[in-house]
Amino acid sequence: MLAAVENKPVSVEAKPVLRVEGLKAYYQMNYFGVRREVRAVDDVSLTINRNEIYGIAGESSSGKSSLIKTIAGAITPPLRVVEGSVKFDFGGKELDVYAQRPAMKAARWKHLSYVMQGSMNVLNPVRKVKHAFRDFAFKHMGLSEGEFRARVESHLQRIGLDPRVLESYPHQLSGGMRQRLTIGLATVCEPEFIIADEPTTALDVLVQQDVLALIKGVQQRMGSSIIFVTHDMTVHAAIADRIGIVYAGRLVEEGSTLDVFQHPQHPYTAHLIASLPRIGDTRKRVALGGKPPNLADPPSGCRFHPRCPLAVDKCKSENPPLLARNSGRVACWRAGEVEAA
Amino acid sequence: MTALLELQDVNKDYRVGGFLDRSTLHAVKHVSFTLDAEKPEIFTVVGESGSGKTTTARMILGNETPTSGTLRFMGKDIAAVRTRKERLEFMSRVQPIFQNPFEAFNPLTTLDYYLFSTARRFLGLKDKAAVEAATDKSLQHVGLSLAEVRGRYSHELSGGQLQRIAVARALIPGPKLIVADEPVSMVDASLRMSIVNLFRELRDTLGVSIIYITHDLSTAYYISDRVIIMHKGDVVEAGRAEDVLGNPTHEYSRALRSAVLPPDPVVASAIIREKLRAI
Repeated sequence: MLAAVENKPVSVEAKPVLRVEGLKAYYQMNYFGVRREVRAVDDVSLTINRNEIYGIAGESSSGKSSLIKTIAGAITPPLRVVEGSVKFDFGGKELDVYAQRPAMKAARWKHLSYVMQGSMNVLNPVRKVKHAFRDFAFKHMGLSEGEFRARVESHLQRIGLDPRVLESYPHQLSGGMRQRLTIGLATVCEPEFIIADEPTTALDVLVQQDVLALIKGVQQRMGSSIIFVTHDMTVHAAIADRIGIVYAGRLVEEGSTLDVFQHPQHPYTAHLIASLPRIGDTRKRVALGGKPPNLADPPSGCRFHPRCPLAVDKCKSENPPLLARNSGRVACWRAGEVEAA
Repeated sequence: MTALLELQDVNKDYRVGGFLDRSTLHAVKHVSFTLDAEKPEIFTVVGESGSGKTTTARMILGNETPTSGTLRFMGKDIAAVRTRKERLEFMSRVQPIFQNPFEAFNPLTTLDYYLFSTARRFLGLKDKAAVEAATDKSLQHVGLSLAEVRGRYSHELSGGQLQRIAVARALIPGPKLIVADEPVSMVDASLRMSIVNLFRELRDTLGVSIIYITHDLSTAYYISDRVIIMHKGDVVEAGRAEDVLGNPTHEYSRALRSAVLPPDPVVASAIIREKLRAI
């Protein structure tokens, strides 16, 4: 059974395409002399290898969207990078997102693209689809008008869309087609790195698998890397090579998909996986008590301790570091004690 | 058996389009089912967007009238509810829970207002202490207490807690039937199970029947007693949850069933690889 898994093992010598080091990004507000600070991304370090799909899982307000926005360099105040760096490696040239702004601007869409969540909100409702492609991709490709059009059409055909959609308005297309379009839009320049933010959440269940297969296919053909963000663990199970679990702005666990699902080390991960309902199984699932923490006033120590069934005194006072364990990393004082929850 | 809710060949049509291209949209076609009054159950309506599942719910709540067919609640035609007194009585027996708890509660109103006014209106309570006692009692059923909720606004609580409060509000009049339209789709994964488990508890301890409307087959399988699958207004398959979701026979329900990704990386990645080969 294990031999059937095609998810690639994490090879040590693989050269990372993205390196995030000690990244801290806070929302800093100062209204009428009252300072508020929301630590949405708190000391996150991760690397993403070439030709890899890295899944980021976490619930709403866990800071996962802030994290990928910070990685993409697409943040505006009050969200600010306080510390740390985000470095891409495109074709051997290192690019620091926050130190080399002009180079970053040129690299955007050509090397680094973004599949956004609500496809409805990406495509302008009063302009034809072809204009979206022109706006996003034309200047990055350095082709003549005719060549550009031909390239876009052949690209759309490859992802299973009739090139005639270019002449239509977004409202004339179904949700699945629009989501395909946004994927087409993000991949037309064949970028090395794609950030996908909940690309399947708004879709009907019947098209979800097709869109996931499409993303996987495009990724395999181009050999690019994808950060795939969703709260749906079953989607991660289907396409991610590695998974990072984000809780309250911190990366709490990371590992290969198989390891995370079969041997979760962090109690939060174990809970997420154990609570997934399966068809054919009506055994009672235990729900996690408490509520997600408020990032403006996070709990001391380990941020999961108020909801954690294994919490001890140390968890309340000291923040556990993210340490290597098995094939991945985990931040928990009692890591591994939830085995087979 | 006495019927709690009885739908007989219910249809709903909408007229769509402008003056020149007028057409009829059949949102719900020939839906019939019966819920038993003595045996509380979780009855699930599964369907994609546009399948008519929400229209069915709105008709059960009396917010829409069917184009043809009848809906009877405890023997009385829902469409015949006319007077304020009848309406109040009907509403105190049938209560809704909505999809998005952040939209269901006004962000500028404290949450206890909803609970107190429901208690005053449906239970006819005037005395403040009695209103608070009734509210606290129903909050206890969902694992909260009035002390936690009093004076709070919706932005101070998580989606799971808000949805619990929505359930507590629905429980105040002592309903027989709760119509829950996609109650967990906006709730975080770690809290979703607590809501779903709560429905089981309500059925077992309070004897409330629940119409659970969803597109998520895994939670449907987890809690339902009976399931109907709707597709473009038609009921394509109906029966016990294990049969319908475990071994679907209709083509559409089989497609829906196979569209559910199992939470297992080995099986799920194999499904995606299979799809990839087909493309």
